[in-house]
Amino acid sequence: MLRSGQQRSAQQRAGLPGWAFAPAALGAAFVVLPLVAVVVKVDWAAFPALVTSDASLAALRLSLVTASCSTAVCLLLGVPLALVLARCSFPGLRLLRSLVLVPLVLPPVVGGIALLYTFGRQGLLGSSLEVLGLRIAFSTAAVVIAQAFVAMPFLVLSLEGALRGRGTRYEQVAATLGASPSIVLRRVTLPLVLPGLASGTVLAFARSLGEFGATLTFAGSLQGVTRTLPLEVYLQRESDARGAVALSLVLVVVAVVVIVVTRGRRTEGV
Amino acid sequence: MRRLRLVALAVAGTAALLLSGCASSTPTGTASSTTTTPAGSPSSSSLVSTGTLTVFAAASLKSTFTTLGEQFEKAHAGVDVTFSFAGSSDLATQIQNGAPADVFASADQANMTKVVDAGLTAAAPVPFATNVLTIVTPPGNPKGVATFADLAESGTALVVCAPQVPCGAATERVEKATGVTLTPVSEESSVTDVLTKVESGEADAGLVYVTDARGAAGKVTEVTFPESSGAVNTYPIAPLSGAAQPELAKDFAAYVAGPDGRAVLQAAGFGAP
Repeated sequence: MLRSGQQRSAQQRAGLPGWAFAPAALGAAFVVLPLVAVVVKVDWAAFPALVTSDASLAALRLSLVTASCSTAVCLLLGVPLALVLARCSFPGLRLLRSLVLVPLVLPPVVGGIALLYTFGRQGLLGSSLEVLGLRIAFSTAAVVIAQAFVAMPFLVLSLEGALRGRGTRYEQVAATLGASPSIVLRRVTLPLVLPGLASGTVLAFARSLGEFGATLTFAGSLQGVTRTLPLEVYLQRESDARGAVALSLVLVVVAVVVIVVTRGRRTEGV
Repeated sequence: MRRLRLVALAVAGTAALLLSGCASSTPTGTASSTTTTPAGSPSSSSLVSTGTLTVFAAASLKSTFTTLGEQFEKAHAGVDVTFSFAGSSDLATQIQNGAPADVFASADQANMTKVVDAGLTAAAPVPFATNVLTIVTPPGNPKGVATFADLAESGTALVVCAPQVPCGAATERVEKATGVTLTPVSEESSVTDVLTKVESGEADAGLVYVTDARGAAGKVTEVTFPESSGAVNTYPIAPLSGAAQPELAKDFAAYVAGPDGRAVLQAAGFGAP
């Protein structure tokens, strides 16, 4: 009796059964509470000093530089890839799409091992690179490679989704009016999917910024060269928990900003 | 109605699964962990104790403690020894935050001191082993590293532990003692990370514990250096006050520090305390 009464009032409120609200609140608390815990744990008096220490600033600078570079790599390679996946049809396309998305679900440490055996000194490409005098391991380039590897699927996925959602009507019209494929791409296709491209780019940047496992496995950890913010947090935790918490808060804030930006884009765009 | 009940059942079931899943990792959850100690035998009470003993031990103790755990189980019927191997500072933090551990074995004094200062040990820590650093190179030592000073050569890609972790602190002490300034290409968070980078051939040389080098014999070449004696890490062990198995915890700590423990540790390359 009570149940049906609750259900009716819930349906009046939101079209949802009443029992859904308790677990929903629990689920929300489950996600939000740990973030609150970080904020509560921050030593505010020492916060400015902690996030502006040499090690922290070096890590912050390196993170911003590498995440920007890897986002650029994702754009250069990921946009054409998404176009091919969305607009072409050839045997093996579905398999290719699945493979491209693998880093999305792969544990990052596995990605790191895979990269090590590709670009490492004794890896598939490593020995050829060594002949050319290029040493990837333990360099900033290794960090960028690791980040681009894990971040690219985010860009490809959101851009491909946007492309498929838009269809090819306008492009066909443009083509019949005599526009070359390059002009169609530049003047019609990309402007149409700009919101999807933008949110994909922000997601890829955020994922790059948060990359940890593959970097640790593949690139090593040295201040100013390969030790990005997440690696700095991991190391500071060993000796100075307050520093680790302060830097964690910085990353939480970045994450919140990214979500706000991408959600905003999505609701106004698509 | 029926569907609602089904969903409620599923939710309850999932919650129960989650809870039991979490509980199974804590030894306190095992109902059979009653220690039936007869009044007659106070010191050898362990012989009749049953249940799960949870040991938090430094990562460098993995192979030796796994062996010792198996031997301890054989000598104590009904006892199940489980381990959590990780960096000593990680383990100390976990214990301070209420992790369910019966015994703590640290790779250095500093992290044991944290636990002692927090009032979480049931008895004074006992040193049971020592460890020193050694140089490891990929098999065959392609860069021809022969001395500690060779590690500072610019063409040698050197990987060490970060100063924040025990093996890195030891590396810093050797640097200070020898006056050699190292320029590593990477400072790793754990000694195993250093080892894997040398094993995979990414690094030309690494500084790890003697015991790690022995454990990876065949995959790396060991180059000992006399200056290593300037930084000896002492491993202490202590039963914890929050132990679900206080008697077993004391027995295990004594077992590790005793002759049986000594034999296994020595075979792996650990020094006497």
